Amino acid sequence: MYTQALDSHGKEPVPAPTEPAAAHFQARIDADEKIEPKDWMPDAYRHTLVRQISQHAHSEIVGMLPEGNWITRAPSLRRKAVLIAKVQDEGGHGMYLYGAAETLGVERAELIEQLLAGTAKYSSIFNYPTLTWADVGAIGWLVDGAAIMNQIPICRCSYGPYARAMVRICKEESFHQRQGFEIMLTLARGSAAQQAMAQDALDRWWWPSLMMFGPSDADSKHTAQSMRWKIKRFSNDELRQKFVDITVPQAQFLGLTIPDPALRWNEGAQHFETGPIDWREFQAVLQGNGPCNRERLAARRAAHEAGQWVREAAAAHADKARRRAA
Amino acid sequence: MSTPVPRQDWPLYEVFIRSRAGLEHKHVGSVHAADARMALEHARDVYTRRMEGVSIWVVPAVQIVASDPAEADALFEPARDKVYRHPTFYAIPDEVKNL
Ligand SMILES: [Fe+2]
Ligand SMILES: [Fe+2]
Repeated sequence: MYTQALDSHGKEPVPAPTEPAAAHFQARIDADEKIEPKDWMPDAYRHTLVRQISQHAHSEIVGMLPEGNWITRAPSLRRKAVLIAKVQDEGGHGMYLYGAAETLGVERAELIEQLLAGTAKYSSIFNYPTLTWADVGAIGWLVDGAAIMNQIPICRCSYGPYARAMVRICKEESFHQRQGFEIMLTLARGSAAQQAMAQDALDRWWWPSLMMFGPSDADSKHTAQSMRWKIKRFSNDELRQKFVDITVPQAQFLGLTIPDPALRWNEGAQHFETGPIDWREFQAVLQGNGPCNRERLAARRAAHEAGQWVREAAAAHADKARRRAA
Repeated sequence: MSTPVPRQDWPLYEVFIRSRAGLEHKHVGSVHAADARMALEHARDVYTRRMEGVSIWVVPAVQIVASDPAEADALFEPARDKVYRHPTFYAIPDEVKNL
């Protein structure tokens, strides 16, 4: 996980296309050249990337919390080992992405400060609680599944370090999704109580997973510019549709019901049509009023503050060792 | 809440991994660490969770000297017209074998 089109309501300057450097830059992008850290780039391109990559990094880091909640209660040693590995991967994804953001001239400490201060966004999905073990399955299956759909096109992003980080991440995400589906499958083939638990998890995670793709295209103001810059390759609605089309048959295989009475197969369009998404809920979660926003940030702040003395001690130790060696 | 500590990152190290014996080390990304030993351990945790490497180099990022993209023409242009450095520049009759 997990990038999300969160920027639709931000304001960003669009470069004047007449500017020669900007025109040359756009020509390079049009020719599918990659942009590397020391290359000239418009300020707006740099700012868009810093914001998107850091939001993505924050999402990976905050994303460890809902699943981390179940590590001590995983039902078997195998499930526990898998879940630890998955959560550790998400931490690693955060590290790859902070590293990519830093190539644009920002400091990691500054980005983390923005997260802890609540001024930076992260994916809305992590503000929902993990109430049962089935939620761990639903997250791997749906949330990582949606993340894969979002992230695969970013492997071809015009900014080299972001694209490379994304290739590494995408290689690791497939395991996340498959282990989640396996949990759902086990529950779906289990007792009536286990089946009910799986259905309940799908009921709660389905709509938030669809919201992970961001606002509908009609309300997404910056898609066009991001597409011109090849930061984004498909619109939010296109990606959401792809996700629905591949996920509905998987739910059918599990014998679970998608919690959408309006869901129907459109034979002509060869797509599943869904009912309307409750965008008020999405906006409320983004604005900090989801079920767990406060809890998530409090957990991140507590971890950061508890680690402060460790970071200082390590720096002091390294400093002393350097002075002794000198 | 405790008094705000001035934010400061540990130094940045660039990470290079040899994926298996016989291949060169390749740049994979970066880590922050208090010292070189910690940088190696962080690089191990971040970049080799799936046996991606058999050897790691970490280099303080401030120690890397890089060419400037603005100088790319001056640096690399002189090689452009020296096509005679490539074997295909030379026309050899088809009858001649093993050349
Ligand atoms: Fe994941
Ligand atoms: Fe991830």
